[in-house]
Amino acid sequence: MARATSTQRKLGTTLLAWAVGLLIFFPIYWTILTSFKTEAQAISDPPVFLFFDWTLENYSIVQERSDYMRFLWNSVIIAGGSTLLGILIAVPAAWSMAFVPSKRTKDILLWMLSTKMLPAVGVLYPISLIFVEFNLLDTRIGLVIVLMLINLPIIVWMLYTYFREIPGEILEAARMDGASLGKEILYVLTPMAVPGIASTILLNIILAWNEAFWTLNLTAANAAPLTAFIASYSSPEGLFFAKLSAASTMAIAPILILGWFSQKQLVRGLTFGAVK
Amino acid sequence: MGQITLENVTKSFGSTEVIPPLDLTIEDGEFCVFVGPSGCGKSTLLRLIAGLEDVTSGQILIDGAEATTTPPSKRGLAMVFQSYALYPHMSVRKNIAFPMRMAKIPAEEQERRIEAAARALNLTDYLDRRPGQLSGGQRQRVAIGRAIVREPAAFLFDEPLSNLDAALRVGMRLEISELHERLKTTMIYVTHDQVEAMTMADKIVVLRAGHIEQVGSPLDLYRAPRNLFVAGFIGSPKMNFIEGEEAARRGAATIGIRPEHIAVSTDSGPWAGTVSVSEHLGSDTFFHVQGTGLAETITVRADGEVGFRHGDRIHLTPRDDVIHRFDEQGLRIA
Repeated sequence: MARATSTQRKLGTTLLAWAVGLLIFFPIYWTILTSFKTEAQAISDPPVFLFFDWTLENYSIVQERSDYMRFLWNSVIIAGGSTLLGILIAVPAAWSMAFVPSKRTKDILLWMLSTKMLPAVGVLYPISLIFVEFNLLDTRIGLVIVLMLINLPIIVWMLYTYFREIPGEILEAARMDGASLGKEILYVLTPMAVPGIASTILLNIILAWNEAFWTLNLTAANAAPLTAFIASYSSPEGLFFAKLSAASTMAIAPILILGWFSQKQLVRGLTFGAVK
Repeated sequence: MGQITLENVTKSFGSTEVIPPLDLTIEDGEFCVFVGPSGCGKSTLLRLIAGLEDVTSGQILIDGAEATTTPPSKRGLAMVFQSYALYPHMSVRKNIAFPMRMAKIPAEEQERRIEAAARALNLTDYLDRRPGQLSGGQRQRVAIGRAIVREPAAFLFDEPLSNLDAALRVGMRLEISELHERLKTTMIYVTHDQVEAMTMADKIVVLRAGHIEQVGSPLDLYRAPRNLFVAGFIGSPKMNFIEGEEAARRGAATIGIRPEHIAVSTDSGPWAGTVSVSEHLGSDTFFHVQGTGLAETITVRADGEVGFRHGDRIHLTPRDDVIHRFDEQGLRIA
């Protein structure tokens, strides 16, 4: 009985999974497709799917009008920098929470996470003032700091759950073997937690790469990352869908490729703590 | 050198006192076993010596030098854990080298000591494997190798054999004893297994609820247990305890007689009962005798194969010279 239904069931779930997958992928597909159309085709009704005059015109116009590489470079520095800085702060924090917990450790973790529930706009004003005060407006270092702080709770949480899976006795063994705290973290804890640290880094690069609220509000030209690059193609100049799509495609391409090659790590990262 | 002294050491977790004030000296080169039932504080005591737990009050001296607040990495002690605690991402060679790397010992010297340890522990063929590719016994040997290469002042063993199967346990027990004979380094060994304690120790420390019940050589504890707890804990099978008239006749509240100090016969002897279970090991035979009117069950050990079976009526003769007498408080009457 179980065998007889299982093939049918498998087929059903496979189809459903494909349907959901395609549905999720459709906007990305449509964006990429539109980026190869002319502006007229992009808004034609009924929409054209495959048979249109493929053109690279949008890409060259976008590149002409704004310097893609500069935005890309800003994105790389902001996403990479904030993640790296976050990891450097979060590893010792997660170490102490996982291996020398106190009565309040759980509360601290929850409190940290609760900051993620605050709408970002609620602290826009104070943060802007701080940025003005310290001359951080439209600087990469300013964004690195802000995005690091925004993602720090998630980084600490993820590392904490990974570290908890590492038996404390191994760290005690390192201590008995003469390792100082720094060496214990560097030579024993970190290598054992490499898979966890890798998925934490990946997820946070993606989160920082896609972050649009702070990057748009705190930058003008110098430090503007790809989110600002996309935004510059929306409303003010009318709705140039094809060019907007070309800009979007160029903005998401790097992170999409990174995500594709690190799928395995990411899945582990996104389901952290759920399956053990 | 490795003399370890505990002076008035206490340990509390929150409001729970795990180790009440305790004094103990472990002499240089001694094989000292902490034994007691689970939860008696023996592992905590070892971790206090290691520095993995902080003492609540009191002092720990290593070779006469104050070490109470010295971090574990600076105490010069090596520890072998129950779970082996090997570094899973390092090869056996790197595991063994790790403490030397931390101590910044020159590479050639490291190599020399690794080779020597591997030869002594039969690990030469496994040096380039990861711990995950080794059997339990091999892993335990790697853990021991990692401990010996750094030439510590003392070795601390925390129930190192309890994850091994019975046959391997006996083998490793011998290896650790041989290691002690060869190195003559102080060893502190924690176990709940009194057989390990009896076979390996120079000195046994019997613990109950953080208290030291008795300290002495294995045979001291066997021959003259200070109280009922030690009497019942040391020796296998357990000592028989008899209360009531039989004890009163000998001027005690309780008397204890070991199974090997009772002779069995079919027809003569002051005590009589029925065999409920007989265990035939070939070398020995154990009888669990009921219905004697002395205690619920009297355990008797006979040399070699003795053919009594379940339901047989037998007579027992205790050896009067080795009967232990205890007073109302459970303390030994000399």
